[in-house]
Order: sequence, then C-alpha cells, then structure tokens
Amino acid sequence: MSTAKRPPLPVILLANDLLDGEVVFWTGASWSPDPKVALIGHDAETASALEAAAARALAANQVVDAYLVDITLDAQGHGVPNHYREKIKTEGPSVRRDLGKQAGLYNIVANGN
Amino acid sequence: MYRYDEFDARFVRERVAQFRDQVARRLDGSLNEDEFKPLRLKNGVYLQLHAYMLRIAVPYGTLSSRQLRQLALIGEKYDRGYGHFTTRTNMQFNWPRLRDVPEILDLLADVEMHCIQTSGNCIRNVTADHFAGIAADEIEDPRPTAELIRQWSSFHPEFDYLPRKFKIAVTGAARDRAVVRAHDIGLRILRNAKGEIGYEVMVGGGLGRTPMIAKTIRGFLPKTDLLAYLEAVLRVYNLEGRRDNKYKARVKIMVHEIGAEEFARRVEAEFAQLDGPAIAADPQEVARIAAYFAPPAYETLPARSARFETAKAENRAFATWASVNLFPHKVPGYAAAVISLKGIGDAPGDITSEQMRVVADLAETYSLDELRITHAQNVVLPYVKKDDLFIIWQKLVDAGLATANAGLITDIIACPGLDYCSLATARSIPIAQALAHRFADEKRQLEIGELNIKISGCINACGHHHVGHIGILGLEKSGQESYQITLGGDATETAAIGEILGPGVPADDVPDAIERIVSVYLAHRTAGETFIEAVRRLGLAPFKAAFLEKTHAPA
Repeated sequence: MSTAKRPPLPVILLANDLLDGEVVFWTGASWSPDPKVALIGHDAETASALEAAAARALAANQVVDAYLVDITLDAQGHGVPNHYREKIKTEGPSVRRDLGKQAGLYNIVANGN
Repeated sequence: MYRYDEFDARFVRERVAQFRDQVARRLDGSLNEDEFKPLRLKNGVYLQLHAYMLRIAVPYGTLSSRQLRQLALIGEKYDRGYGHFTTRTNMQFNWPRLRDVPEILDLLADVEMHCIQTSGNCIRNVTADHFAGIAADEIEDPRPTAELIRQWSSFHPEFDYLPRKFKIAVTGAARDRAVVRAHDIGLRILRNAKGEIGYEVMVGGGLGRTPMIAKTIRGFLPKTDLLAYLEAVLRVYNLEGRRDNKYKARVKIMVHEIGAEEFARRVEAEFAQLDGPAIAADPQEVARIAAYFAPPAYETLPARSARFETAKAENRAFATWASVNLFPHKVPGYAAAVISLKGIGDAPGDITSEQMRVVADLAETYSLDELRITHAQNVVLPYVKKDDLFIIWQKLVDAGLATANAGLITDIIACPGLDYCSLATARSIPIAQALAHRFADEKRQLEIGELNIKISGCINACGHHHVGHIGILGLEKSGQESYQITLGGDATETAAIGEILGPGVPADDVPDAIERIVSVYLAHRTAGETFIEAVRRLGLAPFKAAFLEKTHAPA
C-alpha cells in the first residue's frame, strides 16, 4: 500500500472483507459495504489518512487488497470510481444486475466486522 | 466412473482438516495474507473482484448425478444459486465466503470431490476428451491415464512448487477434442507399427501472453513408461525452468528457448537414469483404475430408432437440435447429447442449481448416471439411447437448456472476464451475449456452420482466444475496454494460433466486425467448406480488408 502510487484526488479507500470477501469502503470510522458512505479524500491530508487506515486494517487482518481509488462525485455527492474496473467492483457484475451491491445484496454477515 | 478407495477418501478429508486449520490461523492473525495466499490457492480459493471464488476440480470432466446435485446444493446454500463451468472443465462458484469454505470442502469430500491443485504452481486438474469411451475414432479411453496422472500428481512432493502452473491433457482419439497441443504436456494415445498401445508426448504448448503449440518430443512411449517419463519432463522443467520472471516461467518458454530437440535430449537423459519400474504404478493399481472405466452394460439395440426418427419428422425444433447437438456413439442405438450452456443471452458456462438438478436427473435416468463437462463449457450426456432423445429434449426445453448450437457460432467460449475476475482487463460475457444475439437466428447459424468464437478478458487467455477460429481478446486502451480480434486459430489436432487482424475495436463495434469477417467467408466459400478451411485457403488478406473497413456509423 505504502509503495503504491497515489491516484489523483479525490479518492476513496476500498478493500475486500477478509472473512466474507465483500467489497468494503472506509467511512472514516469503520468499514462499510455501502459505497455511499465512503469517506472521500479531497485533499492530500485525507488521502494520507485513508492510506494509514488501509495499512492498519491490513495489519489487523480485517481486510485484504486495500487500495485508493480515484472517483468523480455524482449529483448526490457520492464517489463514483473513474475506472470501469472499480466501477464494476463497486456495483456488481454488469451482466447480473440482480446481484451484488447494485441489487442491495451484500455478501457479508452482520458480525463480519 | 472412478470411485475413491479408503486412501483417496482419507487423503481428501485430511486436506479439508488442514485447510480448516489454515483458515482459522488466517482469521486469528497467525498467518498474514502473503503466507495464506499460496495455501488458499492450492485449495482453489481465489479473491476475485466482488468476493472469494472457489474452483472445484472435475477430473477429466466426468461427474456423477450425485456429484452434480451436491454442486447444486452448494450453489444454493453457499453461493447465489448458480455455478460456472470453465475451460479446464472445473466448476467455479463466484460468491463463497472464506468462513464457509471448509464446510463446502467437507460437502465436496462427501461426494468424492475436492479443490486440490486447481490453482497455484503445481500440476492442475487433468483434462481429457469429453467423448472419452464413446467416440468411434478412439483407440483407448483416455480417462484411466488421466486418473493415473491425477493420483501420481496429487501432492507429488517434488512437484509441489514448480516455477509455474502445469497443465496436462489426454486424448485417446485421432481427432483432438481436448486441445492437447495447447497444454504443458499433451498426451495422445496411439498404436505403433507392432500394434502396441502407447503415447505420443507433446510438450511446451500453452496459451496466455506467449501462445505456443506443443512440440512432440516422443513419438511413441510405451504405456508402462508413462509416469517415469512424466517425472523426467517435470524434473527437467522444475530444475531448469525460470523462476526469476513469472511471464517466462512456463515450460513452453524453456522448450522454445532451448529448442524441442534439446529439451527432448535432456528429458531422455533424465528418463534413462530414473528407476522406471520403481516409478511405474503397480499393474494391479493400473488395472483397478482401468476397471472403473470399463464400457458400461450397453443394451443391444438396432442402429436406427423408429421412435427417434418419428419424433424428428414430427418436430422441427427437435430435429434441428438432434442434427446439431448429438455426437455419434460407437455403440449402435446410442448417442451422446450435448447440453448447451450457451442459451442466447446467457453467460457461457453458467448453470443454475435448478438446472444442475434437471441435468443430474436426466443423467441418472437416461445416461447411466454419468455426465461430462467439456472444455467448451457445455455438458454431455454420454450414454443416451436414441429412443430416449425426444423425452430428454423436452425436459431440456422446460429447463431452458435445449439451445441447438453445439459447435456453431453462438456456442462461444468465454471466461468470466471483468464482471467477476480481478485479473481481467475487460469484460467477456457481454461480448459473448451481444454476439449470441446478433447471430441468434437458427437458420443463419446452420448456414454459417461450424465456427468457434473464443473470448478472453485478459492476456492470460482462459477463454482460449488464441485457438478460436475467431478469437477475441479484451484489453484496456486509454481507460476504455478494447477488443483485439484474431483469425485462424484451431484447437484440434491441426492446432494453430490465430493471427491479429488489426487494431482493437470498442465493445459496441465487435458484432459488426465479426459480421464482416463472416460475410467474407459466406461470399467466398466453396461447397462444403467450413469457416476454418476457407480461412486457410484464402489467407488472412480478404478477412483483414473486411475487418478494417470502417463501420457505416449513423451520422
């Protein structure tokens, strides 16, 4: 994480939950499966805090594959990943709109975190 | 089919217990991700885009009804009610939770299945001709050989940490339906001038970022020498294959760099100093394995089934399905039926738990309780009486599994691509769906005839695009998905790597591009000439010209 090049701002931090695999987002206080509550790093300071949160969570074996993702704000002020890969990761399979976050289906159990 | 003995059963159960412990240690922090990753991969657990993924081995593509029902149960209980058959004839579940995997492995062990060596730098699931034991052109059923290799290679201590993954395929027939020349080792069972049965050994094939067609390093290997010879090949590779660069670590690179002759020389030298008889399997064990694949108790039936002929005459849709999806059986009165998992608009290779149960029931009732998974991501009922075909077809229609397109343009191989896979650079499934819709018309598909389209969502080539008559490779270009089209690939005994037609095109342009390629074929083919035959005769030029034509986009 620390060696990865920081993407352009603004950014969010996402990862996969260790136990359940679910894509989760750092809210500033905890990990949530809901991308709408992701803490948005508009400045370098917040981005650094997100990187630190990623390092802590990886070390604590809460999540895997944590990294910052550059986003654009939508009309509601939510971050939408700029790259199609992370957009799919945030929504669910584009060929199964009935599955994943886009369908309100989370792959995480309540006590996951 | 093969049944576990007490040793097999204990072996698999012990591995489940080991993995349960490894997961527990991962969760309590004793193992970090770097330590855990190779352990989970050796048990088929990947981390994909949305969740973990579990890859279950289906050795040489053979399944019983009981096993398929168990997969249906796992799909329902621990996944999202469906699974995906891969080009290695494995099944993948896209949504398992890590915490549930030990439980799933126990359920698999209950039906003599596992996920061992479905990933990692080891010898992977051995594949074989899906028409093994039923094809008329077969010299010998390849599955006893594949099972022997499975047993020899499972947890082989010397080959547990190879430079890279290692894939073996076996065919027992003249016609290669197992893509053996695209494998690290391909074996073809053949007869020598004396009438003895042995193997042609091909080494160094593979797809991925550096596609290669395997070279024959031994024209005839006596059957009893198989394991010692494989050991020699693996040992030469294991000792000298590159570990400094994962992109140059497959055996194909070594064979290419030192040449097939030199590679063969080193293998023969190693083979000569091995204690062959000590490595060869006990003949009793070989016989025990072979007995499981003895031909089933076929009934004596007339070659022509009046019931089948009448049903075809009376039902056009059934007649079309029968003309496309049946494979001739060596035993009179029987046929092998291909169940297409390529319904128009479906994700290639996907099957719901409900459909798994329908297929399991059909296999139990009409196909001696056995079914096969093909590398083309379809299912085969191998032992069907022609008399029963119409009722089977009716049940397939009800389950949405009666698409008549085996081997046709909409029978598309596609990897999961970026809709699921974290390695992918572009999506595959939407391209397959768009092409299936474009060429959905049954009459037109039949008019085009045999044509294999194969799609991969990244350079790793799980969708076999290099050996597709038309190959499609999804890449990223300037932050957008872009698709590179290749032509002239061939997955059979005349294996060939397709050539790139031109610059990549955006997803929306793929159907038109394929349409233009197909139009060249239709315009220039001679009577009875298939697509790939026409490509070979005409060369790339006319197809390339058509491909490069600008699409007449609306203003």
